[in-house]
Amino acid sequence: MAQRLLIPIGPQHPALKEPLGFRFRVEGERVLETHIRMGYVHRGIERACQERTYIQDLYLVERICGICSHIHTTAFCQGVEELLGVEVPRRALYIRTIVCELERIHSHMLWLGVLGRDAGFETLFMYTWRDRETVLDILEEISGNRINHAVNTIGGVRIDFTQAHIESILKRLDYLEEQAHYYLGLVTTESTFVARTHGVGYLSREDGRALCVVGPTTRASGVDRDVRRDDPYAAYEELPFEVVTASEGDALARTVVRVKEVIESVRMVRYALQNSPQGEVRVKVRRRVPPGEVISRVEAPRGELIYYIKSDGTERPARVKMRTPTLANLVAIPHMLKEAHIADGPIVLAAIDLCIACADR
Amino acid sequence: MLDGLIRWARRKSPWILHFNTGGCNGCDIELLDALTPRFDVERLGILQKATPRHADVLVCAGPVTRQARDRLLRIYEQMPEPKWVVAIGSCACSGGVFRGCYNVLGGIDQVIPVDMYVPGCPTKPEAIIDGLVKLLEGI
Repeated sequence: MAQRLLIPIGPQHPALKEPLGFRFRVEGERVLETHIRMGYVHRGIERACQERTYIQDLYLVERICGICSHIHTTAFCQGVEELLGVEVPRRALYIRTIVCELERIHSHMLWLGVLGRDAGFETLFMYTWRDRETVLDILEEISGNRINHAVNTIGGVRIDFTQAHIESILKRLDYLEEQAHYYLGLVTTESTFVARTHGVGYLSREDGRALCVVGPTTRASGVDRDVRRDDPYAAYEELPFEVVTASEGDALARTVVRVKEVIESVRMVRYALQNSPQGEVRVKVRRRVPPGEVISRVEAPRGELIYYIKSDGTERPARVKMRTPTLANLVAIPHMLKEAHIADGPIVLAAIDLCIACADR
Repeated sequence: MLDGLIRWARRKSPWILHFNTGGCNGCDIELLDALTPRFDVERLGILQKATPRHADVLVCAGPVTRQARDRLLRIYEQMPEPKWVVAIGSCACSGGVFRGCYNVLGGIDQVIPVDMYVPGCPTKPEAIIDGLVKLLEGI
């Protein structure tokens, strides 16, 4: 009989960029149990939010995560705007949506590269990260920074598009769409990649629902759930788009879902750019927020992100609480890794698209 | 003469180890970005390694959290001499936006000696490359 071993991995390890500790109990090559040790990136942001004003918090929540920074401020702004009872200009909502979708493209492409690297497909990593620079160029052009764009503010957005911006973005979107189609063909036909991901990290539809898994991870298991459609925010109500789902529930299906989402996002950005209304991009708001509490939901690149904000009528929030998508998806890891090979570990972890900075805060 | 040769060799191919001590991912990704086709520092001999025992330069991103402190020290001690530390991002330099959070100790220099500070939130890949070049010039 094979010996039972306890293998510690992390917090500094080659598979993920971020610190996260694992302990695998293995028998031979099979994983029996997985324990996750998190908290290395915990900075205490929720507490810090209470000590700063709403405007200062905006820059703090933006730095919860460097990949999906815009979506955090979107959720925060939405909540505070609801408490304030202000009507955000429609053009501002469109700009918010455009940046959200650009960020989704950049996040998914980054993820595809990381998965490729973990699957031993380094070329894919280099390809996707090269093309990801195109999105970062667009974001830098419109906001002035590659990451942490500081686009949102309470009551609207801080930037506006010019006609020159729109033309240059549209041109680059064509390239991105073309490349996304290329990757879709690549990940579904490249036999080594398919062999490495097909059937790995299986999560059934029932388990996906029972464990409350969110985002592309659950959509790849056939659960048709997307906040953008189910509870529209910003300008999503007016945009035509399809929610991408797959039924296989393995790492390959998650890859296909995300690449198709990139194509969908490119189309949404194009539509939004061509159909955005004219007008103001922000309204003036009061510094003091009336007492009350609010829940704000958005669809981050990794899944549903929930913000709870409580105000006591001062310049500072009384409580800010976030439930990030990675935290919801982490519970599925021990489930997916059961009876798996140790060598499949990195792929299972990568396929969920973990963001520890979000989960630990 | 031998010293000169060793110094020359060290300058030519610094191997880096990346550790996130509690950052937001932004700088970590910009560091990886510097390795990918647009900037491609690998062509200059800069390689990212997975273990501290192979690395010459420790690149840290993010403020040091209480949890990460011991791990950072351990990684630093596992690296062979001579070793250099580069702090990338405003958080790694001084604590940045997270200064004053209850779980944050501050910049990297609160725990281990730092040789090069690269500010920015997040740092651009160009700035990281510039920082590394300046570090190597001083060797």
